[in-house]
Amino acid sequence: MFRKLSLPNSLTRKNLMALTGLFLCFFLVIHLAGNLQLLLPAERAQLQYNHYSELLSHNILIKIVSYVLYASIIAHTIYALVLTLRSRAAVGSQGYAYDRRGAVSPWYSRNMGILGTLIFFFLVVHMANFWYPYKFGEVPMDMAGRKDLYRVVVIAYREWWYVALYVVSMLVLGFHLLHGFYSAFQSLGLYHTKYGRWMNWAGRAYTLVITAGFILIPIWVFFTKPTPLP
Amino acid sequence: MKLDAKIPEGPLQEKWSRYKATCRLVSPNNKKKLDIIVVGAGLAGSSAAASLAEMGYRVKSFCFQDSPRRAHSVAAQGGVNASKNYHNDGDSAFRMFYDTLKGGDFRAREANVYRLAECSANLIDQAVAQGVPFAREYGGYLANRSFGGVQVSRTFYARGQTGQQLLLGAYSALSRQVAEGNVQLFSRHEMLGLVVIDGKARGIIARNLDTGAIERHAAHTVVLATGGYGKIYYLSTLAMGCNGSAIWRAHKKGAGFAAASWTQIHPTCLPQSGAYQSKLTLMSESLRNDGRIWVPKKANDPRPPGEIPEEERDYYLERRYPAFGNLAPRDIASRAAKERIDAGFGVGAQRNAVYLDFAHAIREYGIETIRERYGNLFRMYEKITGHNAYERPMMISPAAHFSMGGLWVDYELMTTIPGLFAIGECNFSDHGANRLGANSLLQACVDGYFILPYTIGNYLAGELGTGKISPEAPEFETAEREVRDQLGRLLTIQGNRTATDYHKELGALLYDKCGVLRTREGLRQAIDDIRALRADFWQNLKVPGGAEQVNSELEKAGRVADYLELAEVMCYDALTREESCGAHFREEHQTADGEAQRRDDQFQFVSVWAYAGPEEEPELHREGLVFETIQPSVRSYK
Amino acid sequence: MKIQLKIWRQENARAQGRMVDYELTDINPEMSFLEMLDVLNEQLIQKGDMPVEFDHDCREGICGQCGLFINGRAHGPQEATTTCQLHMRHFKDGDTIYVEPFRSRAFPVIKDLRIDRSAFDRIIQAGGYISTRTGDAPEANAIPIGHDVAEAAFDAAACIGCGACVATCKNASAALFTGAKVSHLAMLPQGQPEAAERARKMVAQMEAEGFGHCTNTGACEVECPQEISIRHIARMNFEYNRAGALKK
Repeated sequence: MFRKLSLPNSLTRKNLMALTGLFLCFFLVIHLAGNLQLLLPAERAQLQYNHYSELLSHNILIKIVSYVLYASIIAHTIYALVLTLRSRAAVGSQGYAYDRRGAVSPWYSRNMGILGTLIFFFLVVHMANFWYPYKFGEVPMDMAGRKDLYRVVVIAYREWWYVALYVVSMLVLGFHLLHGFYSAFQSLGLYHTKYGRWMNWAGRAYTLVITAGFILIPIWVFFTKPTPLP
Repeated sequence: MKLDAKIPEGPLQEKWSRYKATCRLVSPNNKKKLDIIVVGAGLAGSSAAASLAEMGYRVKSFCFQDSPRRAHSVAAQGGVNASKNYHNDGDSAFRMFYDTLKGGDFRAREANVYRLAECSANLIDQAVAQGVPFAREYGGYLANRSFGGVQVSRTFYARGQTGQQLLLGAYSALSRQVAEGNVQLFSRHEMLGLVVIDGKARGIIARNLDTGAIERHAAHTVVLATGGYGKIYYLSTLAMGCNGSAIWRAHKKGAGFAAASWTQIHPTCLPQSGAYQSKLTLMSESLRNDGRIWVPKKANDPRPPGEIPEEERDYYLERRYPAFGNLAPRDIASRAAKERIDAGFGVGAQRNAVYLDFAHAIREYGIETIRERYGNLFRMYEKITGHNAYERPMMISPAAHFSMGGLWVDYELMTTIPGLFAIGECNFSDHGANRLGANSLLQACVDGYFILPYTIGNYLAGELGTGKISPEAPEFETAEREVRDQLGRLLTIQGNRTATDYHKELGALLYDKCGVLRTREGLRQAIDDIRALRADFWQNLKVPGGAEQVNSELEKAGRVADYLELAEVMCYDALTREESCGAHFREEHQTADGEAQRRDDQFQFVSVWAYAGPEEEPELHREGLVFETIQPSVRSYK
Repeated sequence: MKIQLKIWRQENARAQGRMVDYELTDINPEMSFLEMLDVLNEQLIQKGDMPVEFDHDCREGICGQCGLFINGRAHGPQEATTTCQLHMRHFKDGDTIYVEPFRSRAFPVIKDLRIDRSAFDRIIQAGGYISTRTGDAPEANAIPIGHDVAEAAFDAAACIGCGACVATCKNASAALFTGAKVSHLAMLPQGQPEAAERARKMVAQMEAEGFGHCTNTGACEVECPQEISIRHIARMNFEYNRAGALKK
């Protein structure tokens, strides 16, 4: 199976990692923009967020994009696995007796696989909580007669441990992005010193906004405890 | 031993063109039937192997390093000369020829030196085409700087790593030929014997240093490009593996050895700091463009340099050689330094150095300019010594560097053994008794890229009927047995001194008696001492392990054994040359003000030594030097 | 100074290796690291043991043949310094020093600390050159090359091929080595005609030698004695992608 999936060589695979990763980065922007509606006054938030959710699940264009999204997540994960196995083989069986290589690169850049695995598990939980019930489960209706996803979200974020899980997961995502965003452009071949530097800063700004945004929402909900209308 | 230099007829400027126009050629379909062995993969070896393979010959390339890219040409810092006259400062092939001949104290062949100058411009073109990133001016054109012994700017450079960049150019050309299947590369192989069949060089015996296996390699001709033997002094600017074994073993099979004692002691190296020292690092001569050399006027002055006022400093090169000052040629600068150090004016903990001071240049041009020019050298200095040369002067000292001497070759670069060529530093040819800075990269490249490809064809055109050379020939059998016997002997002594120990003692002895200053008495003594040391070596050497494995001690022992023989010839060479010329300074032959006194009436020749057998005094032959175009003058840099 | 050494000893390529303890007294802080190993070896020979085999040649930081993994770092603790230019003054009296070979599947151990880096040669053979013949070069000044371009090309060309980048890489990737050559030649007008094809061939060879991929951690540029930037890896990626895009 791996043989079939292994494209001609690791540079091509890295290109694929970069492109799927950047697509996921793009998705996160849309996702965050939508979720920021949760911060609106409760009444408005409920109607608007549910409307938005319905829009997403019925628009054909969005549907196509979502399939690309699932494919990206799967491809990103599988190629990460392929590359990790290849890296193991390249390093060989004999390790260093004393290893201080950690001193010369950031820890998160060396542990993208572990961060990615954590994100993957988070995704499973995340989808089981929201996506699955919305798609296939029983969700109450709001006043406008739409599935009340808002209620599901607000109720979930009332549990402190659930909020904590989200905050930690978003930090994990943040570090993955901090290296991933920059690394994607490096892999795709952005070699120019000046523009490379700009993109480096853009990556940091992007990471900060996405991470802070996604952390803010559950904390906001937890502390303001907005009451969804029946 | 017949010494025919085979210099072409005609005016100096036309000799090489005439040769090229009339030498014999080998047709393309015949070239692929001819095998060539090239030993050594530095600038000379790589450029030759690449060029010959490109022409269609079948080439085998050998080097002892783990890759040709590591050969010691890589360490040349300052630059490579070419008479491009980009600076419009009056340079020309003729001026470069004259500078080189004068720099060598009129002890080289006119025709060879002119050819070197003539081909120099082509080399820059060739290197640029290969992608060598020479320094450029802001307009995009090539930059130049000046070097010792000349009054024009003709040195092309790539920061302080010119040798590395030129070598990587040649290595890339070689790699391309390896990929095309025209060159077989044998890295980590050391040549231990030359095979001569019916008077012609026909192959080598090599040892695979990774396995210990002894291998036979046959070819129609053998090219030696094994570099210099300056490591004979142990402490030198050379790499640890540099050796004279290939040329020495060729010498023992009949190749004449020329001017063995003409070894250059480079003036700007880092001084020795202790007995454990394994090498002396060179600091590029280009530093002398902006650095001023001085010692305190008071002997054994204990004050740090910053506390010695200007009027108590002796800028001895500027004092003695006002016209060239700090850019006096290497032999002169080294001798002047040694004179001051021996007289008690040396500085540093061991009192074995002189100052090279950049304070004036920093004041004049600003620290940034100096950093841009020499930043990497200053950094290297700090890494090795722990001192910051922007704040206090560098301490430098002379160290063994380059061998002008080597296997005697004719105009075609062929030794006295037909079919055995020697190119680059391992031959004696273009530098006379002293080499000018930035001429060694040039000679190595010119020999390999531009000269050998013509002259080897002239020889091989006569070999078309020879057919494949068989490594099963009895001569291979004998040569292999000799090699195995010697390895066996080295391993069975099991005494109590290591090869390095002998090497250090030999080196110290040569520095003392056959170094910058030489005397008749000292040299006679040295010959006796070397013989005694050699006898002791074969009694008390200790080499651990065996021959059929990786064994770097065995490699060292073989090289030291050869050095112990070569050193003796060096001393005979210096002893019989009753004059001072270039790097060879006999204290008996100096002018009233302490300058070298050449004796053209009696010594206008190159000494060529023939091997006379073990423990026999070598036989001296002479190649007279004829000057048709210029008149040797007293070499003055005042 | 007194030094405790823990050194990797391995009889040959097939043998099992292990770390062996040695103790040295009277080490002069002015010694280079390799001179310290010389002292150890002289003592081992006198005791009738086999000396520790290690790669070295020029001992001035340019040939790239030395390369030891010292105290967990490629070429030891000093940045931008080869093993041969590391001096004992950077260690303290009584220190324990671990000395291991550069490790990667593509760099098999030959004996002790000596490794086989011929994979690097083969990567260059795959395309690390400009296809020009001896003797047909045009006048050097015919192609002006801007000062900054020449300097940038030099930065990449300065690679000494020591393999520290591979040794320190968590993926044992040779991307910095390969990228430096691809980038050096792609920056110069002479090297541009072959740039894309060169990248394609060299990357394929790098892959075939069994080196890992680059995850852009940047460890290699920190350990590189010549301080070659990982921007050159991006340049290789660019040229490689360009080759793919231009393929007919």
